[in-house]
Amino acid sequence: MKPIDLVKLAERDLDLRRSYKYRINVCCSSGCLPFGAEDVLKAFEQAIKEYGVEKDCKVARTGCVGTCSVGPAVVVEPGDYLYQSVTPENAREIVKEHIIKGTPIKSMLYRNESFFKKQRRLILRNAGKIDPYNIEDYIAMGGYSALMKCLTSMTPKAVIDEVMASGLRGRGGAGFLTGQKWTFVARASGNPKYIIANLDEGDPGVFANRTLAEADPHAIIEGMLIAAYAIGAEKGYIYIRAEYPLAITTLKKALDQANSLNLVGENILETSFNFSIDLRLGAGAFVAGEETAILASIEGQRATPRPRPPYPATSGLWGKPTLIQNVETLANIPIIINNGGAWFAGIGTPKCSGTKCFSLTGKINSPGLIEVPMGTTLREVVYEIGNGIPNNRKFKAVLVGGPSGGCLPEEQIDLPIDYESLTKVGAIMGSGGIVVIDDQSCMVDTAKFFTDFCVDESCGKCVPCRVGLTKIKEIFERIMRGEGRMEDMNLLEELGNYIREASLCGLGQTAPNPVLTTLRYFKNEYVEHISQKKCSAGKCFQKNEEG
Amino acid sequence: MGIGVIKLKINEQEVISREGDTILKAAKEHGITIPTLCDLDGLSNFGGCRLCLVEVKGSPKLFPACTTPVSNGMEVITDSERLKKYRKMAIELILSERIHVCSVCVANNNCELQDLANKLGVDHVNFKRDWNTHDLDTTHEFLVIDRNRCILCTRCIRVCDEVEGVHVLDLKNRGKDTEVIIDLDDQWGVSKICTSCRKCAKVCPVGAIYVEGQPISQTRDKKIAEFVLTRRQS
Amino acid sequence: MLDKFVMQHGHRKDALLEILHYAQEIYGYLDKDILTHISNSLNLPTSHVYGVATFYNFFKLKKPGSHIVTFCLGTACFVKGVEEIITAVENEFNVKRGETRADGKLSVFITRCIGACAMAPNAIVDNVVIGKATPEIVIDKIRSVLGEEKVEAN
Ligand SMILES: Cc1cc2nc3c(=O)[nH]c(=O)nc-3n(C[C@H](O)[C@H](O)[C@H](O)COP(=O)(O)O)c2cc1C
Ligand code: FES
Repeated sequence: MKPIDLVKLAERDLDLRRSYKYRINVCCSSGCLPFGAEDVLKAFEQAIKEYGVEKDCKVARTGCVGTCSVGPAVVVEPGDYLYQSVTPENAREIVKEHIIKGTPIKSMLYRNESFFKKQRRLILRNAGKIDPYNIEDYIAMGGYSALMKCLTSMTPKAVIDEVMASGLRGRGGAGFLTGQKWTFVARASGNPKYIIANLDEGDPGVFANRTLAEADPHAIIEGMLIAAYAIGAEKGYIYIRAEYPLAITTLKKALDQANSLNLVGENILETSFNFSIDLRLGAGAFVAGEETAILASIEGQRATPRPRPPYPATSGLWGKPTLIQNVETLANIPIIINNGGAWFAGIGTPKCSGTKCFSLTGKINSPGLIEVPMGTTLREVVYEIGNGIPNNRKFKAVLVGGPSGGCLPEEQIDLPIDYESLTKVGAIMGSGGIVVIDDQSCMVDTAKFFTDFCVDESCGKCVPCRVGLTKIKEIFERIMRGEGRMEDMNLLEELGNYIREASLCGLGQTAPNPVLTTLRYFKNEYVEHISQKKCSAGKCFQKNEEG
Repeated sequence: MGIGVIKLKINEQEVISREGDTILKAAKEHGITIPTLCDLDGLSNFGGCRLCLVEVKGSPKLFPACTTPVSNGMEVITDSERLKKYRKMAIELILSERIHVCSVCVANNNCELQDLANKLGVDHVNFKRDWNTHDLDTTHEFLVIDRNRCILCTRCIRVCDEVEGVHVLDLKNRGKDTEVIIDLDDQWGVSKICTSCRKCAKVCPVGAIYVEGQPISQTRDKKIAEFVLTRRQS
Repeated sequence: MLDKFVMQHGHRKDALLEILHYAQEIYGYLDKDILTHISNSLNLPTSHVYGVATFYNFFKLKKPGSHIVTFCLGTACFVKGVEEIITAVENEFNVKRGETRADGKLSVFITRCIGACAMAPNAIVDNVVIGKATPEIVIDKIRSVLGEEKVEAN
């Protein structure tokens, strides 16, 4: 395929898309499938046939719109009418009323309007709008035009400069400047060079990367291609958790289609640029998402991190220069190329540009996947987008950044979400998990839960993480048995600081965060558990009372 | 000054080293001791015991001396109060992880862990000690592995793979359940590929792998890996 | 079948994980014979293969029960009370998490996050995801796949 053919294809598919008066997007993502999305899709297809409106109305299988708690979700265009909890019976009704008569059925629409108001959907712009199994859908929305722009009118250096200018920082947790990382890998000597798209998403409670892959897989692939062109890589791997079967299938299909259109492979768009992409499956190890562990895993070994330096940028896969990038970071790249780095830098805050996807879960009225500009406050996320806490319960804490994040109390809720602000209060951006906790949860119990998780997921290589975390777990168990001592709080803090400073990799370095932040903000609960053997939330000591 | 020469300071002392060398090596060459357990000359780096952590001026982070390369103008501190505290903590954690009772150990008085505990002034263990028993394997003709004493430094695994070249040993599981295994977690006595070279027993820092009936002092040979390596290269 | 797959991967050592995945798919679990076979065909030390297979939670070295229920113990499911459901199932069916019932019919496994957190708590019964689960729903579902009638309280 030549560049001009891509343009033609885009025009043709856009025309086709416009030729329909209505488009019914049925979310068939992991969130909606268990609730019968597949049947709903069939019901819609049948209904438009029965009513004879096939020419006016297109029914499409799409990815997730983000309102995962009210699936199956269906979006009717134009107007983006979002129907919630749709059943096959509803489907017929929607076709009859909305498509034929032109009157949306109000009672079935999604109720929380503010869910979308505060959001700014760049990365998720196509989510729920295009068929992820159909590359033409992506192309019609301007897909692969950024790649074409790079290949036909930009030098690799110009691409890196643009990414640099955007101020984009890695979305996988650490927030390292993406442009700078590309510069390192581009300059590193050694051939071939590799790219790894990190879709391990091991943080329990986070599903942003999965949703992205299921809704808009080509955005990830296009981002990888552009990165490859910029740094001179020949081969890429997408490392994805085995727990995400639908995302795996979607990416496989997407790669096949991109291959057959010559967007991946050799002489891409009939230029001299070659880049091939393989999928690699994880196998249930959180630590495998760490950048040196992911190398070991792709090489077929135990996913244990190794000390850096050498950094993967100079010595990665099989000792060759390797760029490791989170998939959300990569999905930002086409947006930056198409709109310019300066434009992108204008979104969010001066130090943290762009938007970020968050998985909003826990005790919240409207959980789901959201995308907001950096610098949005937690209050806006919890109370406006998330619509507050169900059953009029009281807000207690919000957990930001996954199992190694921090538990922040009410006082911190006006905190703007960016890397620096979060780190300052003891949390981390992590991969963007926001879990809301109400007064039914006990913070000591919660801290114990995260410690248990990290104990299970520790690779076992270094002493602080392997043994230190186990000791923290034992101290918690002691407290829960009613045998806690006041000194235990000190011991937890000392151990926590030691593990944070002495561990080999990011897992150990952040694992004590929940313990340290709960000690900092919810010390009274520890005191209550230890001195009175009591848990106000009624979670702990239950067995003792019964026995 | 020649290419590749690096000047740095360790504990205020001017030190000259070579490009690519680690802080640990530079320190050793100048008679400065940094405690280590997993590190062994001649084997690949591991960086797991975290005893060799040092401070580098200008960074709040700690750096493992065994894997951090030297650089010009670097100012290293190896014995701050924080480091001393952390090293004691590491030893306490290791001692509390499994069953370490010196009086009934073959390695008593010949144990790197015991020596370090003495040197660092560890006189009690602040953490709950774990007395769960781990597998003991005496099926080999003369090699014994007592996992109750293992500190998972992986020296045995590395020497078996990198020096002897047979890779009989490896780790199974992960986290706190990690164990050293033989083949498919089989008994040592039935291993067809073990060459019984004893190198694992020679490099074990504690009493986890030893030769039955032989005093540890005779078995131990910390230089074996380096010795073979230099022979091979020359 | 496995040999053909290994051949397709050119006997490359780095394909070990893919091959373990594939082997588990066809045999259901990975016993020592299979692991030995894989290590021979990739020319890898057996201890290495065993070490890799036991590092990752996804690989099962024991034969699982004929029916499998997996609970998500991710953050969202924890906050939404999945522990209660797990305990209820353990008591009801007399099987502990991570184990297989003596009759080999039912295994209870734990996973950390299946990415369906907005519908927490989640359980998977024989590959069917149950969102917004409750003890009753899960127990009923397990009963129906086991073909067991409700045991009257004694
Ligand atoms: C324990 C641990 C788990 C991690 N898991 C992930 C993950 O699942 N996905 C991810 O993108 N990054 C993960 N990271 C961060 C990666 O190490 C790495 O920083 C990131 O992939 C770099 O990409 P970025 O610059 O685009 O953020 C993890 C880090 C640690 C320490
Ligand atoms: S000697 Fe450096 S970490 Fe063990």
